[in-house]
Amino acid sequence: MSEIVKFVQGNEACVEAALYAGMDFFAGYPITPSTEIAELIAVRLPQKGGIFVQMEDEIASICAIIGASLTGRKVMTATSGPGFSLMQEGLGYAVMAEIPCVVVNVQRGGPSTGLPTKVSQGDVNQARWGTHGDHAIIALTASTHQDVFSITVDAFNFSETYRTPVILLFDEVLGHMRERLDIPKAGEVPLVDRLRTSVPEGVDYHPYLPREDGRLPMSDFGGVHRYNVTGLFHDMWGFPSEDPQVVHELLRHLVDKIDNHANEIMRCKEYYVEDAETLLISYGSSARSALHLVADRRQRGDRIGLLELQTLWPFPTMLVQEKCRKARYVIVVEMNMGQMLQSVKMSVERPERVFLANRVDGTLITPFDIRNVLRLIQGKGV
Amino acid sequence: MATKDYVRERFFPHIWCPGCGHGIVLNGLLRAIEKIGLNKNDIVMVSGIGCSSRIAGYVDFHTLHALHGRALAFALGVKMSRPELTILVPMGDGDALAIGGNHFIHACRRNIDMTAIVMNNRIYGMTGGQYSPLSGFGTLATTAPYSTIDSDFDVVQIAAGAGASFVARTTSYHVQQMASILEEAIRHKGFSVVEVMSPCPTYFGRKNKEGGAVDMMERLKNVTVPVGSKAKQENPSLIERGVFVKKEIPEYCAEYQKVIERAMKG
Repeated sequence: MSEIVKFVQGNEACVEAALYAGMDFFAGYPITPSTEIAELIAVRLPQKGGIFVQMEDEIASICAIIGASLTGRKVMTATSGPGFSLMQEGLGYAVMAEIPCVVVNVQRGGPSTGLPTKVSQGDVNQARWGTHGDHAIIALTASTHQDVFSITVDAFNFSETYRTPVILLFDEVLGHMRERLDIPKAGEVPLVDRLRTSVPEGVDYHPYLPREDGRLPMSDFGGVHRYNVTGLFHDMWGFPSEDPQVVHELLRHLVDKIDNHANEIMRCKEYYVEDAETLLISYGSSARSALHLVADRRQRGDRIGLLELQTLWPFPTMLVQEKCRKARYVIVVEMNMGQMLQSVKMSVERPERVFLANRVDGTLITPFDIRNVLRLIQGKGV
Repeated sequence: MATKDYVRERFFPHIWCPGCGHGIVLNGLLRAIEKIGLNKNDIVMVSGIGCSSRIAGYVDFHTLHALHGRALAFALGVKMSRPELTILVPMGDGDALAIGGNHFIHACRRNIDMTAIVMNNRIYGMTGGQYSPLSGFGTLATTAPYSTIDSDFDVVQIAAGAGASFVARTTSYHVQQMASILEEAIRHKGFSVVEVMSPCPTYFGRKNKEGGAVDMMERLKNVTVPVGSKAKQENPSLIERGVFVKKEIPEYCAEYQKVIERAMKG
């Protein structure tokens, strides 16, 4: 049962969820089509005693939330393509220093300034590999405002659990479109708070010594344990180290703590997947058009289904492999030149049966666009 | 508490070259903190990247060795979250005023209560001696083999113009003045900027034929004069040191508290 029903933009659904999850620090810089997130938070957060700051740029925004997170706050920033590019440096820092934070990217057309008010899903691979160096990352998305809400709460929970930045990859259509949102009652959706150390004052404390499960119980800045945080490779005290064993172990830890929990991080939705001869794989607002086509074709008796991915990274390789096994055709539906297509092809046993239905002109892909690809594959002509 | 109690002995010896002025800045800073009597748990040091920024590793506070140029942005997040903490932000000249120039002027403008220390050795030391925005016209560096055509910033004027409420300059030679200025800067409620002229004999000195560590120290004595002195009027090329700006204006975290009060009233 929900407490409040609202008619909102996707950006507002994200804000409602962040507040629900306990976000109490936000720093950002205005950029279309994410600006409503900052505007709404500027109103709402001070009402709860939280902190909103408008910074001088996106670089400063992500740095400010990292600083705030170290004091124990739940933090978020929101941006779009060009701002997301500027945040890559800070994202890498948060990965290396294991700082929980949530970064929202409401995608618009790129590269460069691109299409500020038009939709795209062109930042999928940037979310994965945008910051330099080997690393693991969590990136999530959704296709309805109800799902934007729940995936945003998940983002905070994953971020606090694994002490990692989590990227929310929404898009312009999702951000600006309005639809119904049921906000759950307080306590209805479980929230995760980060682990804190139980080591008492005066005892030698190792902030960067992970538990066996990879989790790191850290002390907040301003507390009784004083330690060093750095973007350099570091030892268990957080002090810079170039020792090959220390470097190797830290990098393995950073990757393993995400990859070993890929199943817990995996979120997806299935529509008529079980007996599907044709399987669509999609995510974000593209998945709405894909679902529309599937529902329409099912009424005509076609064996078509949709696998909607909500966790994009780590890529759900095993899930995709399993779901595609029985399908004659797999069509990846996305608004880019085939960024997820590559990951799908690498996951399946017969990559030659994986096709792309895309649109890259700044307008939302339609069910008709997908139908045309389907007919071409079936040799029926458009 | 002795000055020694403020350092992490485990991580010594430090990485600075013989003759570098940065260790003296560390010493001056610890003396200032000792004088004020701050609790180690209440101090957060946020630094950027470069020779200067390694200072954060050696002090027994909460230390955040951040990104090149971004220390002040990280520091804002810490300070706004925990306004009762004392925030110290040591930076190098390239760190604070090239890559971090934008963050620097905006931190001045906000007047957020922290102490920015610009450890100015006029060179990028960690990368091996390239010219910085504080090197000045006619300087030799590995990236200026035919000498620089870039004019330098005046840190004091920039900070004052951008709105910092405490602005001072001192040098690694004037150790007593350094400690007392840093003490005043830390006690000041608002954004404090302290430029410390600090010699780099390894790169700047060698490239620019300024001699060894002792010669460079002596030069700091000879080219600087107390602020407002008569010598400066007679010889404008002398560099003034002392406190240039000290004013009481609204502080950012205190003002944000008022935002919360206004928002809660609805």
